This record gives sequence, structure tokens and C-alpha cells, in this order.
Amino acid sequence: MTKIIYVEYDGTEHEVDAKNGISVMEAAIANDVPGIDADCGGACACATCHVYVQDDFMAKVGEANDMEKSMLDFADGVEANSRLSCQITVNDELSGMRVKMPESQG
Amino acid sequence: MSPNMTSKDAADVVIIGAGQAGGTAASTLRMFGFEGSIMLVGEEADPPYQRPPLSKAYLKGEMDRERLYIKPAEYYAEHDIVLKLGEAAQAIDTDAKTVTLVSGGTISYGKLIIATGSRARMVPVLGADLEGVQVLRTLADVDLLKPRVEEGKSLVVIGAGYIGLEAAAAARQLGLEVTVLEAADRVLGRVTSPEISKFYQNEHAAQGVDVRLNARMSEFVGGDGKLTGVKMDDGSVIPADIALVGIGILPNQEIASDAGIVCENGIKTDENACTSDKDVYAIGDCAGRPLAHYGRDGRLESVHNALEQAKLAVAAIVGKPQPKLEAPWFWSDQYDLKLQTAGLLTGYMQAVVRGDTEARKFAVWYLDENGVFLAVDAINSPPDFLCGKKLVGQGAKLDASVLRDPDTDIKQLTKDALAG
Repeated sequence: MTKIIYVEYDGTEHEVDAKNGISVMEAAIANDVPGIDADCGGACACATCHVYVQDDFMAKVGEANDMEKSMLDFADGVEANSRLSCQITVNDELSGMRVKMPESQG
Repeated sequence: MSPNMTSKDAADVVIIGAGQAGGTAASTLRMFGFEGSIMLVGEEADPPYQRPPLSKAYLKGEMDRERLYIKPAEYYAEHDIVLKLGEAAQAIDTDAKTVTLVSGGTISYGKLIIATGSRARMVPVLGADLEGVQVLRTLADVDLLKPRVEEGKSLVVIGAGYIGLEAAAAARQLGLEVTVLEAADRVLGRVTSPEISKFYQNEHAAQGVDVRLNARMSEFVGGDGKLTGVKMDDGSVIPADIALVGIGILPNQEIASDAGIVCENGIKTDENACTSDKDVYAIGDCAGRPLAHYGRDGRLESVHNALEQAKLAVAAIVGKPQPKLEAPWFWSDQYDLKLQTAGLLTGYMQAVVRGDTEARKFAVWYLDENGVFLAVDAINSPPDFLCGKKLVGQGAKLDASVLRDPDTDIKQLTKDALAG
């Protein structure tokens, strides 16, 4: 289990014990964290699981692939630390990571 | 007391059908702070799960069963949702406000959500009961199919829709001999344009799939109760270890129509997913609905629709404002091709190809007779999909030559169209 802290746009925090091997999106859905829609269930098809990754974890979450980059380029409110949470796999290295949700997924 | 004996159960909200729509309705009720009792009744053995991966990653063995589940199995008990699996609803009495189960029990409801989904159509021919002939709709179907999908075996797919072609792609990647039989003159004929059909036909052929158009089968043949081949109307037989029938689905609406609830193409619902009975909602594949972006009614078979209608029904039940309606959208994964569709192309007059079909990265934009944008099919091209998704229902007039121009900045064009 790895602790991930999800921060809603309004600042509400949700601390989740996430199973290693699943995605940051799946851990949010399993724990009813609002603000991540993930309509496609992790197929990298919808861009509705956009999060901002805490800067010091950017290297640890790895690089986005071309499909993800392309999806993110057209999401609303994209920043340098934007990622699709379905493409980040939970592992020990991510313990204590905070991810923030955008105002809307669309 | 045996759980199967006739007993009187009750819940403030009863949901019949524990698929993606029903499961989402149950969890959304709790997320929206609903404190009443919830009962979720499902015919299948598994808790609510995602169906799209069944013909894609799950079939290929790239995804565990538990990861298909929308919520972990223990979620329901933890959130005080009574989950009755392996129980099918048989009848609804809207006066008594009860649901009768096939097993004999009766459940009283305050509000009822019908999420009974759809069932796969079977070809009405001889031999359809042979072992090896099947459809692909449920986890149980895939559990039958998966052990048979082995390198060197022969698969015949009947019907070149999304399910059939996705299964064909997965099977080909696993090393099977694959034949696809399509009765129409092109693949994906019901869901897309000839431009996209041609592209997918060529892709499957290039991957070694024997795609046969205008193909008519007459029966499944076999021995000892097991399938050995598919007989065509000219008498020839295509050897087959597995025959997968993917010729469309039918909405499970009979339980509603038998109860006097209005059904057309699916159970008729309003903008709140409410049926002709004010205490009964219908969501997902089984329901017809107003398509707000297109000014008409329709029935959508998609994840987007299942999730959105679940949220509409729940918002109405708990008295929350309706969520913003999204454009209808769909996706399909075949080989290394990701197809993403935004909008509905019905009634289009112009199909404008943008991008490079040779590079397998392009989109087809669909416009009506006035040049107004209707829908887009994007292949390995998320920008076209995401821009199209924003434009659905906005009445945006687009110029075909500008769209076609590779130098056009699609993001800017979308911004301008939305502003103007």
C-alpha cells in the first residue's frame, strides 16, 4: 500500500492507501475521490482523469507517452505538471505524493 | 432463513441490473450523500464491471479480472449497498411499487432504476447451440472464450461491428487464424462512414484477417456437439474452432413494457432519465433518451451514456442540479489503432478527411448539408477527437477546405468556431 493524497480543486483533501500496481486513477475511483471522472476506465481514451502532480514527484511518475501527451495538450487548464492519472502506476516511490485536480475534467 | 425463500425485501432505491450503469448509479447515490437504503440486483455472478476491455485488453490477457471491477468487491458492503448477485428481476408492479425476482422474492421500492442493459443477438441458424459458438457480452462469455483462444486455432467472426473487429484483432495478435464474415458491403457499416470502413477493412487484411463482405452463412456445422466449421450459402465450409457472433444487441426493455411503462427504441426516458412512471428511471443500453445536442430521441450503446444517465437519474432522485451533458462519445482499440468518436454522424452530407491515412493518423469530420459540424472519427489523433467533442451541439459551421488543410491549427479553429 502506498499513501497518495488527492486534493480537490476547492482544497478538500483525500488520503488514500493505494494498492501498488494499480493506477493513480483506479485508486481514486475505488475510494470515491471526487474530481476524477475516468469515463473510459483507463484506456487513455477520454482525458477525464487529469491531475497536477506535485513537482518533486514528477521524475518518479515517469514520462507521458505520445498518446497521453497528445490528449493532455487539448485538455483544459494544462500545466507543466499535468498528467492523466490512469497512466501513472502506484509504487513505493510515490509514497506521500499529492495530486491536485483541475476545476473541471473536459 | 434461506436467501432464496420468498421474502419481502425493501429499499428506498432499488436498482435492477448491476452493470456499468447500475453500479455507477449505486456508488453515485452514496457520493451525492444519499443516506437511504440502496439495493442493487444483478443477474451476473460478478459485481459491476467494465465491459469495454472484454473484447480488448482482458481478452488478450493483459488485464486482471479484479481490475475490471468498477469498485472493489468489498466496496458495496462498506457503503451500505445491498448487492444481490445472481438474481434476475422478472416483473415490476408500478402500483404496488414492487419488483419480483425470478427466484421468487419480492422487493418494495421507493424509487426504481432499471439498468437491465442489453443482450447480444444470435443468428437464427442450425448449429447455434454447438460448443464453440458464442457471443461476447459478459464476463461469463469471455470465461468460455478465453481458454479457446489459442495460437493456431481458427476463429470465425460473424458481424464486422466494433465487438467483432476488436475480437478479431485480439485473436490475430494471439496467433489465431481469423475470418470475418460481414453480410453488408462494408465493415462497421452501422456506425461509421465508408472512408473509415475502408481503412479498417484494409488494416485487418494487412494483419492477415480474411475479411469477407456480402458474406452469407447458412449454418454452423460440427460433430459430437462441437463446432468444426461455418457453412456458407454456396455450400462451402470455413473450418472453425470458435465462432463469435457479433451482430448487434437488443435492449432489455420487456420488463418495463410488460409493466405498462412506455417503450419505443428502449425504455422511453426524459431529460432526467425518468420513465413514464414518475418513480421509475431507466439508464444505459436499455433506455432511449433525448439527445440534447441533436434535438431528437435516440438510444446510445456506450460507456459515456451509461455513466451520464446514471448521474442524471441520481441527481433527480437526490434533488441535485443536473450534471452538464457531454457529447456522445465512443472508442475502439484494434491493433495499435485507437479510434475515438465524438458526436453522432447520422444524416451527414460531407465527410472531410484530415491528416494522413497512410501514416495511420487521421480523422474524418462529418458536416451536414449546411456545413454544420456533426461528428468526428479520429484514428490515433486525439486532437481531432477532443476538438470535435467540444464542438458537438454548438452549431459550428466549418469549411471543408480549411479542415482538410494540414496547416490548419485545429485548436485555433475550434476556439474560433466556439467564439463565433
